[in-house]
Amino acid sequence: MTMRTDDLIRTLSTDSQQLDRSVGVVLLWAVILVSPISLLIFFGTLGLRENFVGSLGNPFFDLKFPVTLSVAVAAVSIGLILTRPGRRLGGRVWLMGIPLALVGTGIVADFMVPQKTTWMARLVGSSSRACVIAIPVLGLPLLVASIVALRHGASTRPALTGAFAGMFSAGLAAALYATHCLDDSPLFVATWYTLAIALMTAIGALAGQRFLKI
Amino acid sequence: MRAAVLGDAAAYHRLLAAIAPVLRATAQQGLARAGQPIDQCEDIVQEILLAVHLKRHTWDTGAPFGPWLFAIARNKLIDALRRRGRRIFVDIDEFADVLPSEPARETLPATEIASHLESLPFRQRDVLQAIAIDSMSIKETATRLQMTEGAVRVALHRGLARLASRLRG
Repeated sequence: MTMRTDDLIRTLSTDSQQLDRSVGVVLLWAVILVSPISLLIFFGTLGLRENFVGSLGNPFFDLKFPVTLSVAVAAVSIGLILTRPGRRLGGRVWLMGIPLALVGTGIVADFMVPQKTTWMARLVGSSSRACVIAIPVLGLPLLVASIVALRHGASTRPALTGAFAGMFSAGLAAALYATHCLDDSPLFVATWYTLAIALMTAIGALAGQRFLKI
Repeated sequence: MRAAVLGDAAAYHRLLAAIAPVLRATAQQGLARAGQPIDQCEDIVQEILLAVHLKRHTWDTGAPFGPWLFAIARNKLIDALRRRGRRIFVDIDEFADVLPSEPARETLPATEIASHLESLPFRQRDVLQAIAIDSMSIKETATRLQMTEGAVRVALHRGLARLASRLRG
């Protein structure tokens, strides 16, 4: 059986009324839909840390949120550009500098204020294993939703797009986990949060390679 | 292109008809460079057209159309060549030489899309068969298959999307 290209073109024009929604809108809805799953896992297993409200206002505790959320914002902004063929990343790459600058500033402050423990003890912290496990687990439902949503886009670099989807999910998951985690030192965040986010980025890249081809 | 993307069927038909020869020349050149017979080029052209159709919402109406089209074309061409058994890298600059040249002719008729038609769910297959092969309109198809026009449109769109995913392999 054969099909002439003219027939295909006529068929495609017949379908010209059907236009997919913008990828950003689909992604937003997908994340909203699955976030209850991550929240259920979080409150079912970890929950807020003791004295959560009292911790608000502690600058090192508070800093964890702009750091993790700016990772998510920067990653989703770059990821969405990558779903538009022919678009250059341009200045958006520099958004990644925001979390880096924030955590860098935090580390400097961490060394400048008087501390009860050594810097090594603050870096190692008390819950590194939980951090590296919890962030990917909380992020996984978000990653699945992101990949499904990004399939509506057209990525000419699927692995890279998937990597940013992984980083986006991990950034959101890390912000959630931060409300449980008792280690507030930016040294801890820069080490273990980064490791967890890197892990999710790698998983995202693999998923992207597999599922995000045009 | 703007009118075409926003649902003007006639403008959209003109657009696809205008880009097909360019895609054909591009595909022939890609196949020739990869040392593969150029007679399968129409399959690649159709695969690119299908991707352009299903992904046209990712074109930013404020941005130039050319870079978007060639990014998709290049991507699908490399994919198609890879699937045919060789790794090959196509330089985007090559498209520049293609643009002013003579419109290429259709070589062998394309078979890939048609061969995947059979494997679609029956509703989608019947609708695509009616519209693509028997040249029927949405209305005629609805009458023949005793479906509403809306259902025909949905089946058509889903069928095309499914064909594209089959072609990806």
